[in-house]
Amino acid sequence: MLRALKERLGIQGHRTMAYPDGPVVLPERFRGYPTLQRDLLCDLDGTACAAACPFGALGCSENGLSLDMGKCLFCADCPASSCVGFSNDHRLAVSKREELLVQTNAEHKLAQPLAPDMRKLFGRSLKFREVSAGGCNACEADSNVLTTIGWDLGRFGIQFVASPRHADGIWVTGPVSENMREALLKTWEAIPAPKIVVACGACAIAGGPFSGSPQISLGLDTLLPVDLYIPGCPPHPATILDGLLRLQGRLA
Amino acid sequence: MNDTLRLIYNGRAIACGDIPCSDQDRFLQTILEMTGRGWRVSSYCGFPAGEVTTLFCLLASPADGVLGIMQTVCTGTEFPSIAVQCPQVQLFEREIAEQCGIRFIGHPWFKPVRFVRSAVSGQDAWGRPDDQPIQVGVMDYYRVEGEEIHEVAVGPVHAGVIEPGHFRFQCHGEQVFHLEISLGYQHRGIEQLLIGGPHPQTLRQVEAIAGDTSIGHGLAYCMVLESLSQTRPPAAAHALRGIALELERLANHTGDLGAIAGDVGYLPTSSFCGRIRGDFLNMSAIICGSRFGRGLLKPGGTVFGLDQAQREELQNRLATGRAELTSAIELLWNTPSVMSRLEGTGVVSVESAVEMGLVGPAARACSLKRDVRSDYPFGIYRMAQVPIATAHHGDVCSRSSVRWEECQKSLDFCVEQLRQLPAGSHAVELKPLQGDHLSVALTEGWRGEICHLAITDADGRFKQYKVCDPSFHNWQGLAMALRNEQISDFPLCNKSFNLSYCGFDL
Ligand code: SF4
Ligand code: SF4
Repeated sequence: MLRALKERLGIQGHRTMAYPDGPVVLPERFRGYPTLQRDLLCDLDGTACAAACPFGALGCSENGLSLDMGKCLFCADCPASSCVGFSNDHRLAVSKREELLVQTNAEHKLAQPLAPDMRKLFGRSLKFREVSAGGCNACEADSNVLTTIGWDLGRFGIQFVASPRHADGIWVTGPVSENMREALLKTWEAIPAPKIVVACGACAIAGGPFSGSPQISLGLDTLLPVDLYIPGCPPHPATILDGLLRLQGRLA
Repeated sequence: MNDTLRLIYNGRAIACGDIPCSDQDRFLQTILEMTGRGWRVSSYCGFPAGEVTTLFCLLASPADGVLGIMQTVCTGTEFPSIAVQCPQVQLFEREIAEQCGIRFIGHPWFKPVRFVRSAVSGQDAWGRPDDQPIQVGVMDYYRVEGEEIHEVAVGPVHAGVIEPGHFRFQCHGEQVFHLEISLGYQHRGIEQLLIGGPHPQTLRQVEAIAGDTSIGHGLAYCMVLESLSQTRPPAAAHALRGIALELERLANHTGDLGAIAGDVGYLPTSSFCGRIRGDFLNMSAIICGSRFGRGLLKPGGTVFGLDQAQREELQNRLATGRAELTSAIELLWNTPSVMSRLEGTGVVSVESAVEMGLVGPAARACSLKRDVRSDYPFGIYRMAQVPIATAHHGDVCSRSSVRWEECQKSLDFCVEQLRQLPAGSHAVELKPLQGDHLSVALTEGWRGEICHLAITDADGRFKQYKVCDPSFHNWQGLAMALRNEQISDFPLCNKSFNLSYCGFDL
């Protein structure tokens, strides 16, 4: 016991991060919010540009470039189109599917707070039932990591709970495999209304790396009404937390 | 050795025509004979084409670093099961049954694996009609009868933020007589997506076979392509891949040691390790931007190299990580109430481990020296040996101590490799893939042996691709570990294995 205290006071220390009051620290090579800049030397036509992304996230027309963050894995396999880059900005989550479409010179959209009545209910206490549905477990891991002492999700009144009956919303990771569809919908039904839906990760939003497989659904919002879209494969914990804090109206 | 088996080395390709094709009896007899001599079944799979199904079996030698491959042809819809004599093939046989619609005659535990339709329309090993949906989890569960017996069913959705699976415990009071595990909920059809590839999407899909093993599986895939194209990645790439693989091991072992502490209610180590795990993930992110190593690997080498400053940064972080992890883990070993919960809990005997063909730390905790890094060395491990950590009791304590020892070895390895990282390029151009070849690639992920087996068609595209995650070998080990344990010890036993659902379900 004493030894545990000594280790805690000595080498382990107090480690909850300063974020959101202070800045979040991200590695230099982290790939965040896309930057689209039409390269004047680029001689790809629209089709060729779109083909630079095997997941169909890129588009190019007279109106400029577009990148669908809902489909993007932030893998940076697209340098064939020298017009696409990735900044260090972790703020990717949004409230509507169409807001995931990043366009040249368009405004950077962020997640919006819940409607006032919902915010009154969930602004200071928000409990989620997580359903893992056919993904790779990395989205689950980086959701879960928010509950460790570094991120300490509990300080915002947000928690993952064991039973849907205790939850205010459903947290979905994975592309909703055929074999998980029924369990997902049953869990959703078991959550008392009013309730919210979070789609965490590229898989949940649009199938991620598995898009096109007949074994998965076409995106969570074809099954449930999604309130928060968190892109990434997997999203960085800071991206997830940013979305949640904005949903609660804690970040403006 | 007999001429039924063609010897092959890890990370090599051979012409399909060079793989001996035996009759059924000879084929099965060879599996029995070789496993009797201590060889292991690394992969056993079937690929249907028209009226016939070709079965391949990859056997792994315990001693001299070689693998052996052979094939046979199954005409019709039945094939003899050898699961009774050789239990380590029981799940492989069920997988072949499910994927190819072949009934294995004499299989003692003949149940679906992932609850999907076979590749051959109208041909189902369990005679389920084509026009009705296959319902996941619906099968004949093993039941213990008796007045005082009760059954506990858990899942698919579990209480934590974890993957789905269905568990059925046959209990007498608190005591578990038997645990049956039924999976398939995470099935997203990865192997089917790989056919006809390599596609531009393939590497991303392979990295997502099991997200916590992105490097382990990604590396096996790169080795497949490199062997099929006879491309040799530069030395710097081998070193970087090794560092990434060991960082993956460190992060997961650290997380699991913390979770084990949490499951016995010892919160200091649990919370320290939860954070330190993140520090190891962040080291992967320094290398490639992703905490899970996504986007680091590419066939022919690595996408990123490391400059001097990054190497120093990593060295510093490794030193801090080592000090903090040591402090957290020493607390476990020095707390008698923790040790008494770990010792003697969830025992798997060495005999059972051999029979079931366990791999990775679960096998090493039963004193089996099995580790792809030293048994069938690949990449950097051909030059730099990592000592194998073993323990002898096969219990949660042994699995924990093996993981801790491996953490230390991985730390040593990373420090050493960073210090002497070879100069020069870290990638070469991949050459075209050879047609009509078979490639085998094994890596040692943090859970154990990962096996990828690929066959190309005449044009060098994947005709077949078979993935075997270590969890495929080890889930049965968890079930056995629960026998006669208290049901309340399930979480603890489970964490000590921490197997993958998605890696199993594919
Ligand atoms: S990062 Fe990957 S998924 Fe995103 S647009 Fe580029 S190629 Fe497509
Ligand atoms: S979005 Fe990416 S990280 Fe998340 S579950 Fe899907 S494959 Fe895994």
